[in-house]
Amino acid sequence: MSNQTEAEAKKKFSFGDFYKKLGPMVALIVLIVLVSVLNFSFLDPLNLLNLLRQVSVNALIAFGMEFVILTGGIDLSVGAIVALSGAFTAQLVLSGVPTLLSLLIGMLTGAIFGAINGVIIAYGKAAPFIATLATQTILRGATYVFTKGNPITGTKMSNNFGFQFFGQGYLFGIPFPVYIMAIFYICAYILLHRTTFGRKTYALGGNPKAAFVAGVKNNKMIILIYTIAGFLSAVAGAILTSRLASAQPDAGNAYEMDAIAAVVLGGTSLAGGKGRMFGTLIGALIIGVLNNGMNLLGISSFYQQIVKGIVILVAVLLDRKQAKA
Amino acid sequence: MQIDMQHISKSFGSNEVLKDVNFSVKGGEVHALMGENGAGKSTMMNILTGLLEPNSGTILVDGKETNFASALEAEQHGIAFIHQEMNNFGEMPVLDNMFLNKEIKKGFGLIDNAKMKTIAQKALDQLDMKVDFSQPIGELSVGQQQMIEIAKSLMTDAKIIIMDEPTAALTQDEIQKLFVVIRKLRDQGVGLIYISHRMEELFEIADRVTVMRDGLTINTYNTADTNVKQIVHDMVGRDMGDFYPERHPKYGKTMLEVSGLTNDKFKDISFSVRSGEVLAFSGLMGAGRTEIMRAIFGIDKLDAGTIKVDGKELTIKNPNDAISHNVGFLTEDRKTEGLILDATLADNIDLPSIDGFSKHGLIDEKADKDFVDMLLKRLNVKANGRDDEAGSLSGGNQQKVVLAKWVGSGSQVLILDEPTRGVDVGAKREIYDLMNELTDRGTAIIMVSSDLDEVLGFSDKIAVVYEGHLMDVVDTKDATQESIMTLATGGKNE
Repeated sequence: MSNQTEAEAKKKFSFGDFYKKLGPMVALIVLIVLVSVLNFSFLDPLNLLNLLRQVSVNALIAFGMEFVILTGGIDLSVGAIVALSGAFTAQLVLSGVPTLLSLLIGMLTGAIFGAINGVIIAYGKAAPFIATLATQTILRGATYVFTKGNPITGTKMSNNFGFQFFGQGYLFGIPFPVYIMAIFYICAYILLHRTTFGRKTYALGGNPKAAFVAGVKNNKMIILIYTIAGFLSAVAGAILTSRLASAQPDAGNAYEMDAIAAVVLGGTSLAGGKGRMFGTLIGALIIGVLNNGMNLLGISSFYQQIVKGIVILVAVLLDRKQAKA
Repeated sequence: MQIDMQHISKSFGSNEVLKDVNFSVKGGEVHALMGENGAGKSTMMNILTGLLEPNSGTILVDGKETNFASALEAEQHGIAFIHQEMNNFGEMPVLDNMFLNKEIKKGFGLIDNAKMKTIAQKALDQLDMKVDFSQPIGELSVGQQQMIEIAKSLMTDAKIIIMDEPTAALTQDEIQKLFVVIRKLRDQGVGLIYISHRMEELFEIADRVTVMRDGLTINTYNTADTNVKQIVHDMVGRDMGDFYPERHPKYGKTMLEVSGLTNDKFKDISFSVRSGEVLAFSGLMGAGRTEIMRAIFGIDKLDAGTIKVDGKELTIKNPNDAISHNVGFLTEDRKTEGLILDATLADNIDLPSIDGFSKHGLIDEKADKDFVDMLLKRLNVKANGRDDEAGSLSGGNQQKVVLAKWVGSGSQVLILDEPTRGVDVGAKREIYDLMNELTDRGTAIIMVSSDLDEVLGFSDKIAVVYEGHLMDVVDTKDATQESIMTLATGGKNE
């Protein structure tokens, strides 16, 4: 008995465990303090609101990525989905389709692309990395074809108040995309931590064979999860298109990397089965503060990439250490 | 060469798996090591071959204290370990497997295939064996692969060879061939440590036998001076008579009835189990017992046949269908298919039942917790609580967690594939008691088991499978070891 409590006490103080529970939060706070000290204007409410708006696009994609990574998968096509669904939305708005309908259709197409990813991975038994690398290339190519390589824009978009509001508007002084992020965070949180769907997601990532024997319909779950990832990417795509008042053919390029980084920084294991939605939100905020802070400090964008890469590397190495312990 | 292991102790965390054990083997003898799963045989052999480090104790090789830091070092000292699960790369040619990491080179880093072939053939000649060196090793039979393993140990000029359950997957014919080889090696002065569960083999091949139980070496005998009864007594620590709880079955209606089940692993399987009954499935490894159960549960596909549960004919496309008709399945391998080792006990136990604790997908957390706690208590799982990781428990307690899962899901038909494999004696007894309790409440149980004592000691009927065919279903009280073995090897009882 004393042996057991001793082992338990030891476990409580292990660094891996500590990082898993509080690490991302601590990292975020340290980062915020650091940036604030170096440049007071970081704490300017206007800057903070701007930061949250910047974060919202990556956070939305990362919420979907969290589900995917929890199953032990990965989705490299999310950035391309951002671009193509955004282009669809823009084209619909330009051709006079009601704004809300345009937005919904754009999001629906994102969900469909996600579902296709899921079907390929579930029924084609394809490795998620390769499957989504292929669909990323296809969707990016389709975006270039659809946009003919030029931005889709026009006065029907820039003069459309409803459409502009989606990405640029403020409600009670807070940018509208922040509300969208908050709503989908709550939805994703409940789905992952309070429903049978979430429980089965963890089971699938922890041991797909055991999950199947215990009655989980693995293929159905995988399709649904990639559908969610596609849908949320399209929501992010709609915000981006609205904010820029145009759909760029290379929009969302490499966004999958920021989303994966947010998930990993948030303490989710790339091996699947372990991680929390709150961690991913923190992870997205860490990346947002990094970007925003480095801009404020006037660090060149070339160096910014190096710093971001190092931060992600450190997080992954900590994750490994934790897995070993 | 002589090896003496003296006062060896080993613990994993607070779990003491070897307690001051002594063991010796010398050239020119076959020394059998007997004991139930978890008795400490493998741990002891892993220490001898440098895979594990003992907490205390000494290993003497020809009287000199030696500590092998790695398996390679033990091998260089002439100790070879032929594992039960062979670590072959199935797609790789036989020759490449035999020389993996020990390739012979001829300069510029190029591999000297001709020389390797000569050396390998010399070893195979000793075993009267011929193979095509370029054939992928996975295409050989298990018996042949076993022989290749032995040839490998001969190539390293092994003085001591450890064989862990070498006959588990062999045919009778192959076993006899293996015994010829073992005797030949012994006569050449090689010392062999022979780990097995099979009593009859022990008396056929071993010169000495050491029995282990619960991390202790109980006794070492000359085989000529002992008998089966004594060894069994040492193995289980009591007479077999009181080891299995008695069955007092009260049968109800037929709960599961299958007929004509066929796929590529088995043919035309028909049987039924009644409420309150334990139907054991016996047969040799690879006979198709597990495959039949997997198909009934919807894991594997069926080509033909019908399944009736509680009188209703069902189409079972996946485990979810089976579970929704109150069928449960404890799989043979709990680590790969039974448990999510990284997940908590709670997340493991409630997985098949979770839809029952939810409204529109939202989980009723309180009901779920109570459910898990009730099951942990009912099955007497030794753990700190529902938030422990499943992988942190001992084998016996892990098995209880898997059982809790299926008891909790309300299984009316419970298929248990090797329910007591890798489980310590105490937990075994608890599992039998639980099975009695479940059948008293009307559950129908199918118990697939490779342990003939268990099959005869704790079942009402025995179905025997041989090469995918159901040979017969007999009443347990009319069955004997011999009659079951005869059926299991394709023979017929008069």
